[in-house]
Amino acid sequence: MAEPLLRLVDLRKHYGGLAVTDGVSLDVLPGEIHAVIGPNGAGKTTLIHEITGVVRPDAGQVVFAGRDVTRLSLPRRVRAGLARTFQITSVVPGFTALANVALAVQARLGSSFRFLRPAASEAATNTAAMDALAEVGLADRAEVPAGALSHGEKRALELAIALATKPRLLLLDEPLAGAGPEETERLIALLTRLKSAYTILLVEHDMQAVFALADRVSVLVYGRVIATGTVAEIRGNPEVRAAYLGEDEA
Amino acid sequence: MREAWLPLAVLLALGAAPLLGFGGSYETTLMARVMILAMAAVSLSFLVGGAGLVSLGHAASVGVGAYAVAILDAHNVTEAARVLPAAIGAAALFSMVTGAVAIRTSGVHFIMITLAFGQMAFFTASSLAAYGGDDGYTLYSRTEVWGSRLLGNRLTFHYVCLGALALTWALCAMLLASRFGRVLRAARENAQRVEAVGLAPYPFRLVAYVIAGAIGGAAGFLLANATEFVSPAGISWQRSGELLFMVILGGVGRLWGAILGAVAFVLLETWLADHVAHWKMVFGPLLVLAVLFLKGGLSGLVVRRHG
Ligand SMILES: Nc1ncnc2c1ncn2[C@@H]1O[C@H](COP(=O)(O)OP(=O)(O)OP(=O)(O)O)[C@@H](O)[C@H]1O
Ligand SMILES: [Mg+2]
Repeated sequence: MAEPLLRLVDLRKHYGGLAVTDGVSLDVLPGEIHAVIGPNGAGKTTLIHEITGVVRPDAGQVVFAGRDVTRLSLPRRVRAGLARTFQITSVVPGFTALANVALAVQARLGSSFRFLRPAASEAATNTAAMDALAEVGLADRAEVPAGALSHGEKRALELAIALATKPRLLLLDEPLAGAGPEETERLIALLTRLKSAYTILLVEHDMQAVFALADRVSVLVYGRVIATGTVAEIRGNPEVRAAYLGEDEA
Repeated sequence: MREAWLPLAVLLALGAAPLLGFGGSYETTLMARVMILAMAAVSLSFLVGGAGLVSLGHAASVGVGAYAVAILDAHNVTEAARVLPAAIGAAALFSMVTGAVAIRTSGVHFIMITLAFGQMAFFTASSLAAYGGDDGYTLYSRTEVWGSRLLGNRLTFHYVCLGALALTWALCAMLLASRFGRVLRAARENAQRVEAVGLAPYPFRLVAYVIAGAIGGAAGFLLANATEFVSPAGISWQRSGELLFMVILGGVGRLWGAILGAVAFVLLETWLADHVAHWKMVFGPLLVLAVLFLKGGLSGLVVRRHG
């Protein structure tokens, strides 16, 4: 088996008396889409926060590409190759779509402590940013303020921003949430395309999408991983059906 | 830039004024005050509208610059080549030390902590007995430029102030448009987004704070020379509030709004003081009304009409 790209070792996080992450150990292998599913409040977003450094775990380790990153801040983890999207879309509303992505490009390409030249007319960053926008199908919306994009377009833009950091691992927190049926279809097609090029940790409630996209699935309930396996294994797991799928399909 | 015709016209008018018969002592003193405060206000606007750092202690950096001039003057150092770097450097250092702490906070806390640091500077200045204490300090002479009394010339000083204001505006605009400024502007709108592309906003904000402080110090240098006098009153939180008010009056979103804000503020204040008995009772409410009814400030009015 290949070395995991991401390894979580017995992560724990309490909010007051509530164990939101209760001893989570989990591997994400290079090249796979690893889905994390679980009911509302299971601790999925918190888990992504811990992996990306938004939230410090109380105990346990986050090992990324063989390196312990548990104590690194969010920006440093991003520079190490972790990129994420947020459950609640996070873009710079006053910037154009292009400038949103160009910000990520300039962060990756080198120093942002440059004071003289206007950033908006830098060809190198703009070209790379356009590429990322094209990758998510937003090329013709480049000059639109991000705040004026539709919900689905904002989700796609956030993906483009994440891609522009040239990540080794993408963490997506419910990329389909709140998108209409058409937008959902487009986003699934996009994720399918990304699948060949990126390792992805996908948190998603849309079971159809998860079963279509994921190589492996981990089921998180009350902060614990109750099962990890292939799509077929998870679908057939009686414990999972009882804890999660059952109530979902009822 | 096309929408900036009004502030450009204001700068042109300031440039032409001495040639059009407004070169007397009263007029040039008034205009110097306008230009220097505008310079401080533009640098504050860079912080507030650009970086989202609402400082209520900006007058302190102006004051540090002014006191640098006074203290050096008391020790017979009056050469611009030494006094100006000292004024700018002292203000930058003050901003770096206070900013390093203040920028760790945000929102109301940031406002309060900058206010507190400003008051610290105020009380420190008040206690400098050797340099006038509460009463302030009168300079022996204006700063000299390579031994010559260039700044003592009314006209020269006028154009130095004008040049400094124009330079401040150009510098801040350049900074905001640069990569550095893009990070500042993005972090103002959504700091988490900036972190999620791999950049920590803190060092960018601190550098911006130091730059604004340095410009404030330069304004303080000019202010001390304009009045040939420094006093703690120039550092008080009221002065910081006035600067912030000029920024808001001019419109937070545009740097040049602060120029309009400073012009309007000083002219209104001066006119009222000359013509109305209890002018402060009128001035305050007028300011409140202006803020309430001029959404986007004076610059917002101009842009809406012509934009
Ligand atoms: N900062 C916090 N302080 C206290 N409790 C929190 C905090 N963040 C999350 N929680 C609680 O932790 C639990 C897990 O939240 P989390 O957002 O991780 O769940 P989730 O699985 O992402 O849910 P959803 O599917 O609704 O997005 C919830 O009960 C939530 O109320
Ligand atoms: Mg969630």
